[in-house]
Amino acid sequence: MARIGVLALQGAFREHRAALDRLGAQVTEVRLAADLDGLHGLILPGGESTTMARLMSEYALWEPLRAFHARGGQLWGTCAGAILLSREVQGAPPQFGRQDSLGLLDVTVQRNAFGRQIDSFTTGLDVRGLTGAFPAVFIRAPAFARVGEGVEVLAEYDGQAVAVRQGRVLATAFHPELTGDDRLHDLFLQGCLTPA
Amino acid sequence: MTEATTGTPALKQGFAEMFKGGVIMDVVTADQARIAEAAGATAVMALERVPADIRKDGGVARMSDPKMIKEIIGAVSIPVMAKVRIGHIVEAQILQALGVDFIDESEVLTPADDQYHILKHDFKVPFVCGAKNLGEALRRVGEGASMIRTKGEAGTGNVIEAVRHARTVLGEIKHIQARPAEELMTVSRDLQAPYELVRYVHEHGKLPVVNFAAGGVATPADAALMMLLGLDGVFVGSGIFKSDNPERRAQAIVKAVTHFQNADVLAEISEDLGAPMTGINIDDLIPAERLAARGW
Repeated sequence: MARIGVLALQGAFREHRAALDRLGAQVTEVRLAADLDGLHGLILPGGESTTMARLMSEYALWEPLRAFHARGGQLWGTCAGAILLSREVQGAPPQFGRQDSLGLLDVTVQRNAFGRQIDSFTTGLDVRGLTGAFPAVFIRAPAFARVGEGVEVLAEYDGQAVAVRQGRVLATAFHPELTGDDRLHDLFLQGCLTPA
Repeated sequence: MTEATTGTPALKQGFAEMFKGGVIMDVVTADQARIAEAAGATAVMALERVPADIRKDGGVARMSDPKMIKEIIGAVSIPVMAKVRIGHIVEAQILQALGVDFIDESEVLTPADDQYHILKHDFKVPFVCGAKNLGEALRRVGEGASMIRTKGEAGTGNVIEAVRHARTVLGEIKHIQARPAEELMTVSRDLQAPYELVRYVHEHGKLPVVNFAAGGVATPADAALMMLLGLDGVFVGSGIFKSDNPERRAQAIVKAVTHFQNADVLAEISEDLGAPMTGINIDDLIPAERLAARGW
């Protein structure tokens, strides 16, 4: 059975947890570095990336998360979680200078790439590896404005990459955890059970 | 790829889900908004005067100046909420036109209508509304609210009413769960709440939308208490910028909401924050000064 952590600092971690429970994974909520022990994979949920980044600094989670990836852990970020995985973040508030991120995914992510809440949208999205459109929920969503050479684009919307994968890192700009469609969670779990 | 759809209940309620485990802070200037964002707020609430000042100054409290709201929208990258008076459809239209991310139809402002709330389904922007009990919460959801906050007694720095309202809503939810299905129509009549929403509560044991605490939260321990009782997150108004050291207090309250189950962390972050806002004993308020009683 796959042992999966969900970063539970803030945001939609309960929805990810519910999807993983439905698929029979063993789920742990991760708030401190010690919670990562023994996990195969970790999901970084949607929420507010500035809030999560702030709490990751306060509780010294940056290096333990990079170490988790280095020793073979699988990572998946949705929306805010995807921002945290990226190498470069655009659209951070000016007073922050630059926004901290894990830098495990060679992309430049643009925050709020599709506008404010009134511009948030749902759409049926073609995702590589899935049969049939995925009900993608984009909420103040980011997009991957620059995609590095080693990064595979799994889905695009309006000419922008919105789902990408690089090695053991998966990132989606939308929120599969809000839809009840567990196909992407299933895909992630399969990756976690395959030896890297 | 199919056409994009906007403004649906799923999008509005899904957005509210992203605030969970977070703190939404009242701010009255762009500078305060920056402090709130740097402290880890998941959203800011732009308003002209925090509840403590509305209480002190008296007079009619209205929607804020659009110029101030635009400055705050320009100052931060987190979502910006703003308040309208209960029933003030036009204030809400103005806020939607300004591009605010969430509208709070709030009893903290002076109500514009003493009978009817805004029909929130008509808007693309989501709404949060206050509630003292389950019937009130479900009526607001029935009108299209995408998020509920228990009312508390804003501007007092006294958490007792927030606790009372949280316990009332959560207790009534448990009570409904225990009832046989054939009794739900009568429950609906007694609560004056839509039948379908009563059925939802019976089946799921929770409100159909995210439920935050508000009103009187002044310390990290207050915030953690509201999470422990079972709420999804916390609104903090006067509690931050009416205290001695807003920056430190804001950061501590953000951490308290994440680590509400970890007393060691709470002990560490509660230390040396400077004086909290002074606070008001609720018993000293004459009934006309109680904000939570507004809304029906």
